Amino acid sequence: MSSVAVSKKKGFGAVLWDYLTTVDHKKLGVMYLFAGVLFFAIAGFEALLMRIQLMVPNNDFISAGLFNELLTMHGTTMLFLAATPLLFGFMNAIVPLQIGARDVAFPFLNSLGFWLFFLGAIFMHLSFFMGGAPDAGWTSYASLSLYSPGHGIDFYVLGLQISGAGTLISGINFIVTIITMRAPGMTFMRMPLFTWTTLISSSLILFAFPPLTVGLFFMLVDRMFGANFFDHTMGGNTIIWEHLFWIFGHPEVYILVLPAFGLFSEIIPVFARKRLFGYSSMVFATILIGFLGFMVWAHHMFTVGMGPTANAIFAIATMAIAVPTGMKVFNWILTIWGGSIKVTVPMLYALGFIPSFVAGGVTGVMMATAPLDYQLHDSYFIVAHFHYVIVGGIVTAIFGSMHYYWPIMFNRTLSEKLGVLTFWVFFIGFHLTFFLQHFLGLMGMPRRVFTFQADQGWDLFNYISSIGAIMMAVGVVLLVINVLLSIKTPPVNRRDYWGDGRSLEWSIQLPVPFYNFKQTPLVRGFDPCWLEKQEGNKEMMTYAEPLGDIHMPNNSILPLIMSIGLFIAAFGALYHPDGVSWSVPVIVIGLGITVLAMITRSVKDDHGFHVHVEEVIATEERLYGKGGNK
Amino acid sequence: MEETKFTPQTWPNHAEQATAEGKNKFVGIWIFICSDIVLFASVFATYLSLRNKGPAGMEFTTQSLFELPLAFVMTMLLLTSSLTSVYAMYHMKNYNIKGVITWMAITVLLGLGFLGLEIYEFYHYVHIGFGYTQSAFSSAFFTLVGTHGLHVIIGLVWITCLIVRNAKRGLNLYNAPKFYAASIYWHFIDVVWVFIFTVVYLMGVLG
Repeated sequence: MSSVAVSKKKGFGAVLWDYLTTVDHKKLGVMYLFAGVLFFAIAGFEALLMRIQLMVPNNDFISAGLFNELLTMHGTTMLFLAATPLLFGFMNAIVPLQIGARDVAFPFLNSLGFWLFFLGAIFMHLSFFMGGAPDAGWTSYASLSLYSPGHGIDFYVLGLQISGAGTLISGINFIVTIITMRAPGMTFMRMPLFTWTTLISSSLILFAFPPLTVGLFFMLVDRMFGANFFDHTMGGNTIIWEHLFWIFGHPEVYILVLPAFGLFSEIIPVFARKRLFGYSSMVFATILIGFLGFMVWAHHMFTVGMGPTANAIFAIATMAIAVPTGMKVFNWILTIWGGSIKVTVPMLYALGFIPSFVAGGVTGVMMATAPLDYQLHDSYFIVAHFHYVIVGGIVTAIFGSMHYYWPIMFNRTLSEKLGVLTFWVFFIGFHLTFFLQHFLGLMGMPRRVFTFQADQGWDLFNYISSIGAIMMAVGVVLLVINVLLSIKTPPVNRRDYWGDGRSLEWSIQLPVPFYNFKQTPLVRGFDPCWLEKQEGNKEMMTYAEPLGDIHMPNNSILPLIMSIGLFIAAFGALYHPDGVSWSVPVIVIGLGITVLAMITRSVKDDHGFHVHVEEVIATEERLYGKGGNK
Repeated sequence: MEETKFTPQTWPNHAEQATAEGKNKFVGIWIFICSDIVLFASVFATYLSLRNKGPAGMEFTTQSLFELPLAFVMTMLLLTSSLTSVYAMYHMKNYNIKGVITWMAITVLLGLGFLGLEIYEFYHYVHIGFGYTQSAFSSAFFTLVGTHGLHVIIGLVWITCLIVRNAKRGLNLYNAPKFYAASIYWHFIDVVWVFIFTVVYLMGVLG
């Protein structure tokens, strides 16, 4: 447990054990990031296969069944297992530093959240090797999925159930962290925008994931235990799934895009070298988007036949979201306006993001018009719209922030030159892929088809679209190369890597020690790092307390054991409809492992440990040389 | 961590929030309850839309199934258990571990009584042919009431663990937030039952 022991070179086993048991938010952030990149790569590869299939008409590169599996897993993986963990990676790594905390409120739950997510994701991907992946689309509408043969949908339901529980736990953790763990002086209206968007997006998780849990549970018992929620011959109703799914599914879009907004709100002021324009209106817009995000789910169901009144209400509510989003866009533009702009890679992504995201937003308002939506529904126009929002908004934020925060997370840097090349290859590829899909949709090409007939005017655009997808893949490969090359770059070992950092995380001397702050900082105003620099403070930080003992949480293997228990139980449930004799015992054993681990956690005292002053000084000297943190 | 010995005089007013960890637990359990409310709301909404729906010619309706006397006894047991958990918290404020343990134990007994009646009720329905897979109505009913029952079981295991673990060693600032969080959770379960009693049983019998 001693921090000084860290300096010794550890064996592979010790390092592995450390990562399996860690509750350190920085390590979990890195684990989220790499898990996210892994699933991003898998889902990207699936997309590439689909685009190759659609490159030419009447193609037989992959079969219709496999295409359905690929499109389902692409959507599900990208949203739940790639975008969410990648953003969670940044939230974990950065938010505690931004608010001046030594860890999150519940470090144990943080670890549990990660392992639930990761094992749920692994479970879902095992479907490829165990009789076929889910094939009813990421929305998995009950009318389709209820009768899907094989175990694909079961993998989807159980995998999402497990990883969704992890996401919910992490969401609760972030909310409590931001409410209770802020450093002295870090009032709500001094919080950086990324912390604000994390708070709001976690609140959305809090309210959006329970309906998904309930919907998935209904699907689970319907398919595996003979319940009748969706079976109309037994009085069930498949529309219930659609409502529950979209009550979750629409806020999910904002769960992902709000942190992306937050990341850009960090990047833009730093490289425009200007204070964020309209900070309080940005906060207000974030809250408003979060609120309205719950009022619009049925705009995904205009064609279900809810009637004109319901459609009109949801249409207007949807259009209303454009107002706070527009506020944000104008605030970003006005932050850049008149700034002394440095076009670094993160800034390049930010500049690319604004027009791309606006394009996605505008098509969103088009689709919100219920009568027009009858025309656009289930066409490639929809595909183009949400890829503009997700790739143009979220993926650019993630790529840009990787460059932006790499120094803090790894004390290494990503190459700017390679980064610029990556940006252009990816950005051009992205527009090439999805811009033309608007027109394919307007020309009547339906989404989720595995092939199409020639000479309907769709051939050329599909061909170009596929070329663009290949460019995006090349861009991602370049990014991965950049990450690998960064291992060889010299350590940063200083404060304020970009030179114009504004929020608290840039005040920390790199590498960040495991306790983050040797003394809790005192926040004297908005943009504390900038403020202290302006006043000539070389340490870029004012302290709220003298150097003293630091209280830190203990590592624990229990989160992994709890997650493994659920992982085992999921296999029992999965094979239950096959009538195998071992299914119920496996469920009982799996749940038993989880419950025993929970009881152990409850009755075994865990007070954490104290890092004594001498150890803090020794750690500082080891990290920063003689004299410690100066 | 060194154990500080308290007396009723030095015991802080809000022991459950006296430490940073305690404050986190206090906020955390409330935030968790927010999400649990949405969970129950989703199941309630589903129940309302599937009530009395089943295969053609189904004879089961809320009016033929539910009987208020049993539901009333269950309600009383659970409401009383909420009251006894308040007594336990009252004794926690006064640094009286015996009182805490005694009233928490009574809470568990009342909870067990409730659970026993619920199991009897479920058994009775299954016995007359209203099983989980019988219809959409039965699936929705058992899921709603069963989800609540599962919460009760979790609460009982939780409080029992706390009683067994802390009966001997007395109160401190480490376990006070744990008792407090468990009692908040128990109240929440109770409130959900009030809604179940109203929506499922009262509205069911009225038709």
